[in-house]
Amino acid sequence: MTQPVANCPNCGAKIVFRWSSSVQTVCEYCKSILVRTDVDLKKVGQVADLPPNSSPIQIGTEGVYNHHPFVAVGRIIYEYDQGTWNEWHLVLNNGSAWLSDAQDNYVVTFAAPGRKLPPSAKVGEQYVWDNEAYAVSTITKAHYRGVEGELPFQYWDKEDVVFIDLTSEHGKFATLDYSDEAPILYLGESVEFDDLKLKNLRSFEGW
Amino acid sequence: MSAGDPNPPSTPHVKAMNCPGCGAALSLRSFTQAVTVVCDSCHSILDAQDPQLKILQQFKMATEEDPPLIPLGTRGRIRGTAYEAVGFQRRTIQVEGVPYSWHEYVLFNPYKGFRYLTEYNGHWNDTATLRALPTLNPYAGQVSVAYLGETYRHFQTAHASTTFVLGEFPWQVRVGEANEVTDYISPPRVLSSERSGNEVTWSMGEYISGRDIWKTFALPGDPPAPIGVYENQPSPFSTDTKTIWTIFGAFAIFLLLMMLGFSSFARDEQAFQGAYIFDTNARGEASFVTDPFELKGRTSTLELSTTTNVDNNWIYLNYALINRDTGQAYDFGLEISYYHGYDSDGSWTEGTRNDSVAVPSVPPGTYFLRVEPESDSGHGTIHYEITAQRDVPQFSFFGIALLALLVPAALITWRSINFEYLRWAESDHAPMESNTGGDED
Repeated sequence: MTQPVANCPNCGAKIVFRWSSSVQTVCEYCKSILVRTDVDLKKVGQVADLPPNSSPIQIGTEGVYNHHPFVAVGRIIYEYDQGTWNEWHLVLNNGSAWLSDAQDNYVVTFAAPGRKLPPSAKVGEQYVWDNEAYAVSTITKAHYRGVEGELPFQYWDKEDVVFIDLTSEHGKFATLDYSDEAPILYLGESVEFDDLKLKNLRSFEGW
Repeated sequence: MSAGDPNPPSTPHVKAMNCPGCGAALSLRSFTQAVTVVCDSCHSILDAQDPQLKILQQFKMATEEDPPLIPLGTRGRIRGTAYEAVGFQRRTIQVEGVPYSWHEYVLFNPYKGFRYLTEYNGHWNDTATLRALPTLNPYAGQVSVAYLGETYRHFQTAHASTTFVLGEFPWQVRVGEANEVTDYISPPRVLSSERSGNEVTWSMGEYISGRDIWKTFALPGDPPAPIGVYENQPSPFSTDTKTIWTIFGAFAIFLLLMMLGFSSFARDEQAFQGAYIFDTNARGEASFVTDPFELKGRTSTLELSTTTNVDNNWIYLNYALINRDTGQAYDFGLEISYYHGYDSDGSWTEGTRNDSVAVPSVPPGTYFLRVEPESDSGHGTIHYEITAQRDVPQFSFFGIALLALLVPAALITWRSINFEYLRWAESDHAPMESNTGGDED
């Protein structure tokens, strides 16, 4: 894993990329949102204070998924009517994935491009991707609440977003992300906390 | 993280806050994970995600106090993970106008998230939400669901309304709100679906004893004794039933082998035979003695068979088996009758023409029989033949042994059926009087 080093165009602090393919990062000092160009970093925005959040995962948390070690390098925080949840950007030794943590329910997903996707969906409707039947379980209206660390794409100016979650009879999980014009499908599965063998977690007072 | 890190990870701590309703101190034990929190002083339901703890509902007037058996803030280990009791609610269903209430405890661990305990009449369940969807399938005329290869039978569908709340909840809780709750059982597990609006949440509970709850949460005193049979309470008889029938089967085979052994080793030889005629018209003494005969070998049974030609008639034979040398006598009698005829239902018969008596433990020696026939006079002559068979295998002992074993097996099976009857009596599929229902597979 290469670690390209650059300086924050806003405050001059050193910016270290944990992942060479990162497109966006956030300066840890001045919270400027920085996007990589061919030559340098460009400031595109500023992160407001992140909402209080008690995900046990943090930037730098390491774990194992399907025998592939990973490290959490960034996250997007979404807010919806039940609070907030985190989409942790994982860098594995064979690519990048997302570890969603909603009230300590953990789901690992991978972007699944090239599948036929519905323009919208209703609860209960069924879709089949990769020979697995999924039923729409929840439709969540959320809004972007903040970013931290490195992301594989630019993500800083989103407003309201619709997510459609689907589950299968085999514990598989799918999310349709309608934040862009064309929906994006993520496929994965629910995972048990213990199975991820997480290290470098946050500690909780009294626990 | 190194020292001097610009952005050290914050360590979440339990936030102390004040209720906007009454000013009482309250804390958020589940850090930022709770969606609603209830003030335990004034029972205001507050928005736990709002820094100002906006009041969402006040239900003080609507309900009476219902103190949780596990005080909020108590920690215990469940399946190896420490959990803290953070929330408590009472939910009530109406069945034919009668309210039934149970309690749900919200448990929290900052890494593993939320888990639940439910309690009804001293029966406890350890419950977690499901990650995969069960499949609905028709089963023997009633709905069932399959989950991870196991079939769960529909038990009950009811509208459960929240009637008391305390502490923190990872969802929007309101007093008075009702959801459709459906339970499917495969003891000791239960699958529950909760429908609220469009969304269905599935959870799985596993029966756990009050004693285990008391132990893990180090609660004082004794847990309330469970009342009745709960929907997914494992039957204390289901394994006993299997065990006793296995023992019964093994013992029956053992007895059968013993019987085969006995019958092949028994000498089963004829010791005496004689044919006689009894003239019912004749007057005077009908009794007589037979010629003596030898009984050889060891002390064993002597089976005396009598074959007659009675026809719409009877004969009573008074026997005495007498040892010629010692004078020891074995007295016994035998009534043989055979009747037949024809009536509106067709032809009928009653009785048989022959019968036998086994005299146990007859020592070897020289014996003779004293025979005294009786019958109604004036019925002509009755022919009869007596045979004495030495060392005849006897099977009645085996029958008694088998029966002795059958009694507890049947008793346990009956109690098991009764347990299932009591279980299903509380369901939507309550068995009718004669139908026991709920058969174990």
